[in-house]
Amino acid sequence: MKNKWLAVPYVVWMAIFVVAPLVLVVIYAFTARSGGFTLENFTAMGEYAAVFGRSFFLALIATLVCILLGYPLAYFLSREGSGMRRIATMLIMLPMWMNFLLRTYSWMSILENTGLLNTFFKSIGLFALLNRTFGTNIEYFHMINTQGAIVLGMVYNFLPFMILPIYTVIEKIDYRIIEAAQDLGANSRQVFRKVIFPLSLPGVLSGITMVFVPAVSTFAIPRLLGGGMVTMLGDLIEAQFMGSAYNPYLGSAISLVMMVIVLVCMAVMNRFGEGEEGAVVL
Amino acid sequence: MKKICSLVLSALMLSTLLAGCGSSASSKYPNGEVNVLNWGEYIDESVLTDFEDQYGIKVNYKTCPDNETLYSTIKGGGSDYDVIVPSDYMISRLIDEDLLEKLDFSNIPNFSDIDEKFLKPAYDPTGEYSVPYMWGTVGIIYNTKMVSGEITSWGALFDKQYAGQVLMINNPRDAIGVALKYLGYSYNTTDKSQITKATDLLIQQKQDGIVQAYVMDEIFDKLEGGEAAMGVYYAGDYLTMLANNPDLAFVVPSEGSNYFVDAMCVPKGASNKENGEKFINFMCSTDVGLANCEAIGYSTPLKSVKAALPADVSGNPVAYPADSVLANCEQFINLPEDILEFYDSEWLRLKV
Amino acid sequence: MALVFLFLYAPIFVLIVFSFNATKSRSIWAGFSLQWYVKLFSDAAIMDALRTTLLVSVLASLIACVAGTAASIGFYAMRRKTRSVLMTVNNIPLTNADIITGVSLSLLFVLAVNAFNATLGDALGVRWAQGFITLLIAHITFDIPYVILSVLPKLRQLDPNVYEAAQDLGATGPAAFRKVILPDLMPGIINGLLIAFTMSIDDFVISYFTAGSQVSTLAMEIYSMARRKISPEINAISTLLFVSVLVLLVLINARQGRQEKLAKRQKAALTPKK
Repeated sequence: MKNKWLAVPYVVWMAIFVVAPLVLVVIYAFTARSGGFTLENFTAMGEYAAVFGRSFFLALIATLVCILLGYPLAYFLSREGSGMRRIATMLIMLPMWMNFLLRTYSWMSILENTGLLNTFFKSIGLFALLNRTFGTNIEYFHMINTQGAIVLGMVYNFLPFMILPIYTVIEKIDYRIIEAAQDLGANSRQVFRKVIFPLSLPGVLSGITMVFVPAVSTFAIPRLLGGGMVTMLGDLIEAQFMGSAYNPYLGSAISLVMMVIVLVCMAVMNRFGEGEEGAVVL
Repeated sequence: MKKICSLVLSALMLSTLLAGCGSSASSKYPNGEVNVLNWGEYIDESVLTDFEDQYGIKVNYKTCPDNETLYSTIKGGGSDYDVIVPSDYMISRLIDEDLLEKLDFSNIPNFSDIDEKFLKPAYDPTGEYSVPYMWGTVGIIYNTKMVSGEITSWGALFDKQYAGQVLMINNPRDAIGVALKYLGYSYNTTDKSQITKATDLLIQQKQDGIVQAYVMDEIFDKLEGGEAAMGVYYAGDYLTMLANNPDLAFVVPSEGSNYFVDAMCVPKGASNKENGEKFINFMCSTDVGLANCEAIGYSTPLKSVKAALPADVSGNPVAYPADSVLANCEQFINLPEDILEFYDSEWLRLKV
Repeated sequence: MALVFLFLYAPIFVLIVFSFNATKSRSIWAGFSLQWYVKLFSDAAIMDALRTTLLVSVLASLIACVAGTAASIGFYAMRRKTRSVLMTVNNIPLTNADIITGVSLSLLFVLAVNAFNATLGDALGVRWAQGFITLLIAHITFDIPYVILSVLPKLRQLDPNVYEAAQDLGATGPAAFRKVILPDLMPGIINGLLIAFTMSIDDFVISYFTAGSQVSTLAMEIYSMARRKISPEINAISTLLFVSVLVLLVLINARQGRQEKLAKRQKAALTPKK
């Protein structure tokens, strides 16, 4: 059984389909449109600094919101009885099994100017009230096609990915450690601060990885909820390969830079928590 | 363990069943298949099943949103379409870059029905690469209930009183073209300073909050539903939207606008060239042309179809504008490579 | 906590409710109707896409399961250094953004396709293009790491002596593996299979870049539909998907619940009564 040759087919597969494509990306990044080695793709990237900044900034906000919403939920979930826990876990995973695009699309009809929320607000007279008290003249809240809508979309899509790792880790904390802390005289707040929270950090880190990386690079969410008004990294890269500005060389360069920045962020984060190998799996 | 085995087996059987479904389809289509790439809302979908039944050729029908995306798809390799429907300027670009096949017109007898004025056009001077599909004009579609007075100029799109209510078209040549026309320049200018001025105008428009969104086909729902007051789009689509919202009006602005022709071509190296030509021929037949016109509202280049249209359609100034209006319209032509790259970077500058 | 659940489910319920709407509107209710479901089933493009999605997901997750388990066993047998290098490479598709995996694979495939067409293809008169095969390869590539991540920890938890014990009792290598190791690994393998399947079904970005022109997955179709005239057919798909996933999860949950109760009862039966 201890046959290490069993892994050989997969190693070959990885070489062809994981390593080689990335090498190709690197090669393309240094190739000019007309062939030949060049650094111009990278120098051209200065123009897109705004896009990089915006993508990382929005992804950061989305990640923070996910932590703020997800951590308490994961914590309280771990405290429930096992029957309730199973049902709740299932309820959290259910939206994940529905298609990612459908989840994003669902917000479109809600946030539009003539969408559900605005129609609802209008029917309960909210706008009339606001207009009277503040002397404004608004007929709807402009929610869609804004950066806020994109953050909302990201949080909605990625929240379960934050909740589950944290929950799994907290649940696995050996209850005897908590009992030991209580025996040593800690009250529940101290137990949380000094025992549960530090032990749950690997889960938080895992959650951050699973939220931040997709959030930085998503393009479906800005497309559907941003109305072409907010360009993010994912949009930019997609446009270079399959969209309205064909330049796979520039696209590769942007991808490369994005990959490097994300790797650096992850490495920095891992220094903060001695991440366990093979982060928590759902 | 046994349960797992049975689960795995049933999954495998299910998948083979599904695969079987696929292969049984091929016995229904003995003459192969044809891969078509068209624009969205640009066909009467029932004609596809008619084609499949008549010719025994399976149709794989896909859409794409704009010419630049079409170009990326064709240039990128990897994909294998037999019929594409680019717009005039894109056809000339594809011909220049040797990405189109010369058509075998013996497979397209219905070509004789095309009106003479569409033959050997500027974008395809030898006439060997394309067969016209539909033509039309670009203009401003606006909701009469949401604007004050009549709209006659591109300037309305830059008017601050319509902040947040304007939908701009989401492809570089059309959008920058709007600004170019408003500034009095030609759509086909190679003067980079003019293009830059046009893009600056668009950037100002975006920063002033006038633009609600950059859209292509998303515009249908938005204008029909009253989500926005006005947008830039194609005449045929206006007619489709009008049926769902009678408050809408269309205008070809006084500064002049775009007159376009979309034509069917076969990309180089297509696997099913002959099936593609049969498809093109089918689209040029009178019944199909009529069905398409009625479904999408665009203007036909086919003589028999135009004759068969009801008078209120063939006489409709939106669908079939007077020559004086057309004279004020300019066609896009392909631009030199460096200008195209400049357009790309300016477009990204706007979007970013 | 209830608020968060409300947040998670409200949009889905909106989708479901409006899938029964009598008009095209997605925000104003106009009466009950099943027209969108009818339209959905007669829409060949969506049905094709659904079939492709299911086929690819099932095939990819099964193949990934087998290959991933074999790879896990292989990795387990390796020296620590080689293993950690290989594990890092293995984790690349997981930690890399989807779009990078998609873009890089697309570059590879386009290169391969063009090279093939220019040489062998011309010779054989056949033209290859991105399609089901490239889609399947892409899915397998990002599914296997999930399987490995699920199976490898289980391998580590195994008592290494049990395998030897089985062999001492006369079982040959493969038989010992089948009867002793495999059952213990099974939860990890099943888990990996389920995760791989979920990831495949849900995937959009990687499919978008690798499926080419002839095949389309459900996610790609929905994206395409959402960028055109929106039809409540999308709502109908959502409802159907939601219901099937709900049923599936309830079944799994019920099964798990029963197993847990059974395990508890067994444990109680085995503890000696005082």
